Amino acid sequence: MTDWLIDLTLVVALLVTGAATLLSRDLFRAVVMFIAFGLLMSLGWVRLHAPDIALAEAAIGAGLSGVLLLDAARHLGEVRRPSQRGEGEESD
Amino acid sequence: MGRLTLVTAGMVFSGVFAGLAWAVWTIAEAPVPVSLPTLVSENLQAAGVEHPVTAVLLNFRSYDTLLEIAVLVIAGIAGISMSRTRSLEDPGLRTSDSLLYALERWFFPVMMLFAGYLLWAGSDRPGGAFQAGSVLAATAVLMRLGGVPMDFLRPGVMLRLGLTVGFSVFLVVALASALDGDVFLQYPEVITKPLIVLIETGLTLSIAMVLLALFVAAPIDPAEELEEGGAE
Amino acid sequence: MSVSLLYAFAGVALCAMGGLGFTVLEHLLRKLLAFNLMGSGVFLVLVGLAQHRGVPDPVPQAMVLTGIVVTIAATALAVVLMRRYYHLSGQTGLVVCEERKEPME
Repeated sequence: MTDWLIDLTLVVALLVTGAATLLSRDLFRAVVMFIAFGLLMSLGWVRLHAPDIALAEAAIGAGLSGVLLLDAARHLGEVRRPSQRGEGEESD
Repeated sequence: MGRLTLVTAGMVFSGVFAGLAWAVWTIAEAPVPVSLPTLVSENLQAAGVEHPVTAVLLNFRSYDTLLEIAVLVIAGIAGISMSRTRSLEDPGLRTSDSLLYALERWFFPVMMLFAGYLLWAGSDRPGGAFQAGSVLAATAVLMRLGGVPMDFLRPGVMLRLGLTVGFSVFLVVALASALDGDVFLQYPEVITKPLIVLIETGLTLSIAMVLLALFVAAPIDPAEELEEGGAE
Repeated sequence: MSVSLLYAFAGVALCAMGGLGFTVLEHLLRKLLAFNLMGSGVFLVLVGLAQHRGVPDPVPQAMVLTGIVVTIAATALAVVLMRRYYHLSGQTGLVVCEERKEPME
């Protein structure tokens, strides 16, 4: 019973962070949500009896892709979205 | 994004969800013809390593791993050739934070030790080349962010060697066994374990190098970027 | 139904979510995030479905392990390409500006 509760919570958390990655307005927040998602995935691999994948996911999801994507988000910040007319003007 | 497109895409992917869920349910109900876990554990004696995942990666399905490291090397080369910096080891692109620098003088040996342990542990418990490679890459990225000079990232022998060592070691072993009269990628029985450890060491170095090179290749000179990015 | 199957269904949901995000979102980095979510969903389906009888299966685990490393390399390459694209065009989406003069909403 406790097992089911843990797994259910984890799955719900995975889906919520995944949805938050896609839905959040702020790019920085989306990336942070994605990192949280990666860490939860790592927990999920432990629950699936796959410690190898959990190790790799923790190193990659938290360490590498976090740094990479945060850096990219800072540089590609949403200044020039053409659909928002107020902000789009600075590019022409 | 138009509302119509949004609704259409939503409907399409609801359909995808339903179809996939149905497929997963059907497959789960169907009986399995071959049980892979028993097959692996029956043949584990011949694999040379005791950990099943490592055995699958580097013995039973080593062809996949060979192609995988080839893909990584190609991605690394593509990333480097795309980068706009004059050299990957450009001092101007290093951040220098004294706190980070001090911190990583403590971190760096521990992380290296951890990567080495993971590599060594791979033969009989969870661990192996991939985890060690990613930990090593994360360490190197941290060093880079802390402003440690990394001369081996300059274009030259070290960079090329680092990128390709895993793939070449793997390929040499595979070809050697093929030339010896065996099947391509069939390790000789006596030295299976040393060969696997050798390949894993090469893989660790190469994976770390590819990931580090891709990370380092990402930034474009910030001043230049602002200048050209504004002029559309 | 076992616990692993629960993860497989979560993977299916992630696939659909990621696919939707990949088609609908405009910003390239968001597309990349959505694509990564989709990849994680595929991994969950692979392992969860293979282990739904309760026995850990090393074969899909090894495949997912290689898959994760390839994913991060592909993500890093995509980031490099994206930054180059932004550098050259000044845009973060694939839509050409001229086509969108009239606001759609």
